[in-house]
Amino acid sequence: MFDTLQDRLSEVFKNLRGKSRLSEADIDATAREIRLALLEADVNLGVVKEFIANLKARALGADIHKALNPSQQIVKIVNEELIEILGGEARTLRFAKRPPTVIMLAGLQGSGKTTLAGKLGLWLKGQGHSPLLVAADLQRPNAVNQLQVVGERAGVHVYAPEPGNGVGDPVQVARTSILHAMSKLYDVVIVDTAGRLGIDSELMQQAADIRGAVNPNEVLFVVDAMIGQDAVNTAQAFADGVGFDGVVLTKLDGDARGGAALSIAKVIGKPIMFASNGEGLKDFDAFHPDRMASRILGMGDVLTLIEQAEKTFDAEQTAKAAEKLLGGRGEFGLDDFLQQMQAVRRMGPLSKILGMMPGMGGMKDQINNIDEREIDRLEAIIKSMTPAERANPKILDGSRRSRIAKGSGTTVTDVNSLVNRFFEARKMMQQLGGQMGGGMPGMPGLPGPRRQPARPAKAKGRGKGVSGNPAKRAAGPAAAPAAQQQEWNPADAFGVGAGKQSDADLAKALGDFQLPPDLQKMFDQKNQGPR
Amino acid sequence: MDLLQLLIIGVLGFAIVVAGTIFLARRRMLPPSEPRRQLPEEPAPSEPAGEPAADQPAASAPATPTLERPEAPTTRMARLRRRLAGSNNPLARGLLSILSSDRLDAEVWDDFEATLITSDLGVGPTQELVDALRSELAIEGVGDAGRARDVLRRELLQLVNPDFDRTLAVDGADGKPGVVLVVGVNGTGKTTTIGKLARVLVAEGKSVVLGAADTFRAAAADQLQTWGDRVGVPTVRGPEGGDPAAVAYQAVQRGLDEGADVVVVDTAGRLHTKTGLMDELGKIKRVIEKLAPVTEVLLLIDATTGQNGLIQARVFAEVVQITGIVLSKLDGSAKGGIVVQVQRELGVPVKLIGLGEGVDDLVPFDAAEFVDALLTD
Repeated sequence: MFDTLQDRLSEVFKNLRGKSRLSEADIDATAREIRLALLEADVNLGVVKEFIANLKARALGADIHKALNPSQQIVKIVNEELIEILGGEARTLRFAKRPPTVIMLAGLQGSGKTTLAGKLGLWLKGQGHSPLLVAADLQRPNAVNQLQVVGERAGVHVYAPEPGNGVGDPVQVARTSILHAMSKLYDVVIVDTAGRLGIDSELMQQAADIRGAVNPNEVLFVVDAMIGQDAVNTAQAFADGVGFDGVVLTKLDGDARGGAALSIAKVIGKPIMFASNGEGLKDFDAFHPDRMASRILGMGDVLTLIEQAEKTFDAEQTAKAAEKLLGGRGEFGLDDFLQQMQAVRRMGPLSKILGMMPGMGGMKDQINNIDEREIDRLEAIIKSMTPAERANPKILDGSRRSRIAKGSGTTVTDVNSLVNRFFEARKMMQQLGGQMGGGMPGMPGLPGPRRQPARPAKAKGRGKGVSGNPAKRAAGPAAAPAAQQQEWNPADAFGVGAGKQSDADLAKALGDFQLPPDLQKMFDQKNQGPR
Repeated sequence: MDLLQLLIIGVLGFAIVVAGTIFLARRRMLPPSEPRRQLPEEPAPSEPAGEPAADQPAASAPATPTLERPEAPTTRMARLRRRLAGSNNPLARGLLSILSSDRLDAEVWDDFEATLITSDLGVGPTQELVDALRSELAIEGVGDAGRARDVLRRELLQLVNPDFDRTLAVDGADGKPGVVLVVGVNGTGKTTTIGKLARVLVAEGKSVVLGAADTFRAAAADQLQTWGDRVGVPTVRGPEGGDPAAVAYQAVQRGLDEGADVVVVDTAGRLHTKTGLMDELGKIKRVIEKLAPVTEVLLLIDATTGQNGLIQARVFAEVVQITGIVLSKLDGSAKGGIVVQVQRELGVPVKLIGLGEGVDDLVPFDAAEFVDALLTD
């Protein structure tokens, strides 16, 4: 697997300590790594070249920030540049002054137009509009049926006068749909068109004709996040052939890095308006440039991870478990651990999830070596215990352990090592909880994201400072990211009221989250140790 | 046993982070979204490629039950050359014009590299090819364009490796039908490819049964049946939202009962990151193998797919041991260079390519033919 850009850059900057300014040679070496990272994320080559040129100019003059090491600094610059391009002119849908508002979807085959029509319909309906889906894809076998089913699921009406499968004139369907919408008082019309290739001039003409017939307020270009270097050609072809006003990125729930988004935003200059990230009709969201930027750079997309986690984790249970774990009275048992592990596994292979956690970069090799069957074995061991044993593993004596080993088809050594490791880990977490518990009412020991291991003392001092501030204390745990942010960038601190946290702040705080220093130290020891 | 420790800490740490965020989210008066089911009922955002093209009106008459006679496989080869060598082939023009320039300096090589990268070949293979070509040409001396072209052809050919066995394993052993399982992420064109594949098989005089194990996407089974009806091939389908493994089983059972030669099973598009869905795919294969061994597992990769294609292939290979790759939608401006990497890393050959929207635009992949087509002006 690819390492994150940050890892690579750290490699480049190994010998750079003590310099106050990046030299040209340093920047050239950096540029190469960034170029590779972007190309591997499927950003178009031309865009990469231009991007790198801009970056060089900007990085050359930049002073090395005291608080950041050079690799962090470069990543920060790259990230900011990316966000700027991606975020270009973010805007929402334009509605017509006189309804119906017409939205037309266009794109390659298989980019997800029909499904998107359903999602858009549901979303608009949720906002109090009355949308109408129009089946103007009369080519692909049963595309009309699919739209009807999708419409039914979304609870949105579908206008499908033609049976499809190659029969009927899509331009005519589109034209009459507007009249239909006007007479039936639908205020938004979503026209689903057939997938077509950028180089198919005949079909592009047809799309242009549909556009001419319905005069849409928005033409959305639907593009798959997995698309590679061809993204720009395709987008350009659609921009020339049909012309579009906004871009929708689909299949973001996969693990494609989605460099295409950058290419399109940069070359065509149209805003990316929506992101579709799942198979459910509700998995549809506004586009977040900051998340996309870290995704393209392959920096664990923590926010998306956490969002996924929120969906799969039982909030009550998890909160309770964390409280138990950090409470320090040995209440956290193997059953709680099992629950959490299963919740994590529901989100995907453990190795992938853990790999996405920031701060785990140093342990990449080990993480990649995790064998899922090993985890099954762990589960088997825990499941072979009685409820009492799970709740309090301390009661496990020799005979119980040998029974568990038999029950789970493992050896006593395996059981021993699991139990011992569990105790160790629990103790460590509790110490951690104890250290950080102060000043956070409501949730004992919520792990306030910590700064770099290099300055634990200061971090502690900060922590107290936060709790001394009545406004912050009132805000409770929400203050943790804010406190952290103060360290990160003092200039921002006053702009961010303790009470009103924006998504961006939270994102930033989470993005900066590092494994607590104790833990990192421990892993280092482990890595070197003979065990 | 560091791994164990790492695991436990990781899971615990993660749980705490999640707990923390959920807690924060609550504080910020944003209720966390309700838990999501592993397999939502909504349709996959799948929209397979390839409609009967407008320039083939004969194909676009599904209402008439008359069976169409598919084109014989041999005449398809000629079209591969024509399509690839068409005007939309900047790769070939780029490569050759670069190599035929008078002097090969760093800038020329940069351009050359750029051309390869824009075909999604990936940074690794590109650099390898460039290095190989450079040293070859340095040794032999760049005399004329013809010479450079020979070297290029040789290197390209090596890259796509002509030694693979690219025949489709559609013959079952001891009286059982051959079973072809078609898998891939959403929207790569699985259903359409199966429709075209069925035509090829029918044209070869085989009896075919289609299994619509895509019970997930809206109207996917209808789509497959439409394809099947056109060539008079029965389609076994189940209730929408039903167990796809059951449908696959029934399809193979029917193939056994009727003594069919080949059973082709369609599956729902699934992103390789969805563990639950990948497990389901593993189950489909296991269930089929209770009746007859799966002779061929085809992974569909869209030619527009970028570097993510490699990761997809890896995961699918792990779950269902893919035996062949179908590169679809190669008629667009995308080159599908990613398959070179997939082929190299997984040792799974590209067996078929989809060249367009026409019903007979599925052709066998032939390395030499492919490279020649790339280099034809």
